[in-house]
Amino acid sequence: MTTSKSEQPAIEGWFEGSGGKAYLLGSRCKSCGAVSFPPETFYCKNPACSGSDFEHTPLSTRGKLWSFTNSCYKPPAPYVAGDPFVPYIVAAVELEKEKMVVLGQVVPGVAIEELRVGMEMSLVSAELFSDEDSSYTIWKWQPAGAVQEN
Amino acid sequence: MASEVAILGVGMHPWGKWGKSFVEYGVKAARQALADAGLELKDIQFISGGDTIRNGYPGFVAGATFAQALGWTGVRVASSYGACASGTQAINAARTQILAGLCDVALVVGADAAPKGFFAPVGGDRPDDPDWQRFRLVGATNPIYFGLYARRRMDVYGATESDFARVKVKNARHGLNNPNARYRKEVSEEEVLASPMVSDPLRLLEICATSDGGAALVLSSMDFARKHCSDPIKIAGISTITPNYPSTVIEMPNLSTDSAAVVDAPEVGFRDSIAAAAYEEAGMGPEDMSLAEVYDLSSALELDWYENIGLCAAGDAEKLLRDGDTAVGGRIPVNPSGGLSCFGEAIPAQAIAQVCELTWQLQSSATGRQVEGATAGVSANQGLFGHGSSVVVKR
Repeated sequence: MTTSKSEQPAIEGWFEGSGGKAYLLGSRCKSCGAVSFPPETFYCKNPACSGSDFEHTPLSTRGKLWSFTNSCYKPPAPYVAGDPFVPYIVAAVELEKEKMVVLGQVVPGVAIEELRVGMEMSLVSAELFSDEDSSYTIWKWQPAGAVQEN
Repeated sequence: MASEVAILGVGMHPWGKWGKSFVEYGVKAARQALADAGLELKDIQFISGGDTIRNGYPGFVAGATFAQALGWTGVRVASSYGACASGTQAINAARTQILAGLCDVALVVGADAAPKGFFAPVGGDRPDDPDWQRFRLVGATNPIYFGLYARRRMDVYGATESDFARVKVKNARHGLNNPNARYRKEVSEEEVLASPMVSDPLRLLEICATSDGGAALVLSSMDFARKHCSDPIKIAGISTITPNYPSTVIEMPNLSTDSAAVVDAPEVGFRDSIAAAAYEEAGMGPEDMSLAEVYDLSSALELDWYENIGLCAAGDAEKLLRDGDTAVGGRIPVNPSGGLSCFGEAIPAQAIAQVCELTWQLQSSATGRQVEGATAGVSANQGLFGHGSSVVVKR
């Protein structure tokens, strides 16, 4: 990542974070309290609730690894792949308090052999792709024991 | 039972990469199904098409497209889309017309011409579409989800890469003599395990390809069927259910599950409820089935289905496989057609093709892969965005 590029999220309103630390922005239904990610904007998904008012709520930044895999082949667009393509790992992480599983890429530099189901993972902000002017960031998972270098 | 409809005819265009229009595959399958039923186009009162989203406008109005290609007869049409479950949606639309008494005989057709490689979202910049989001933000291709399920199976139930490879070996053997299968070649466990890794722990030979193909059924009321043949095969139950909230297993195309923090997760998860709904309609259970056709998008996923459709308890699928129970000649053969492993996926045709195979098996005409004495079978399939799909067929 070059310092001259401006950093901007690859999607608005789903997560907050820069310089490594990050948290996901879920929604909480003001009627029933149900939490959703990505954040809900119009109707509550709980069939017993007719709520349509939500507040943003930060989700837990740590969770247990539910499962993981990788992509050894370059995915099609709209994924923006580097050239040459670098394989990446995807983790499904279970947030204990929210009782939900959230997908995300694992930060580069982690080998798939280092992962095991059940291990503690934490959320960071990292580059997803970049163009001439900007570095586009996204949330990624990393083993919670790892030290995040900025 | 009052809710049964008859399968008077079945037909297929072989799966492959033929480089032609999906319409041609569908028409070939439809004509074959009509001939199999001993009926003519003028006898058909309703055409139910399974849509494809990768072949332009004609794919979005598949019922009308096939009706025009077969020759317009003023027939009523419908077009259904439910991702991989589109075929079952189309079958159910036809069954509903028949059971409501609105028609006696219906033709169901699904066909696809698929691009090579990964399925990608339809074109255009659509940041509000979950199918766009998962590719853009995480690179979560279909095999990523298959890999997550496979790894989870290894961790929770002790499945091995060898188990997954043996599913492929079994299905390759099943498909050897199926004239409609695309891949008809025996493979060894060593060959599977030597194929390139796609999404760890799943390898190239364990992930289903994208294919061209077409499948069709002629369905009728039981009254009509009795006048035309002595002993028709019947559809006894169909499931087209959605999950119950909160759905707590990660599913395509989502980047997260529902939260079970405020509302408890349902006692029965989505995949376990799919075939159960078809069994319930049929008044039958897994113990009544002679065979199953399940959606083996990956080798490992077939093992999940054994449990989801009630062939064994959770965690026992590997034992069922290792004991040979799910091979032709075993207690409950699964994917005697060769499954997606030998066919590849022609999306709207696939669930219809499953019913074609069940029908041939129950007619004892599945040469080279016949399940002896088969009396009932179940199909299971799932389309993204929450489409459950299962059909129970019986003699």
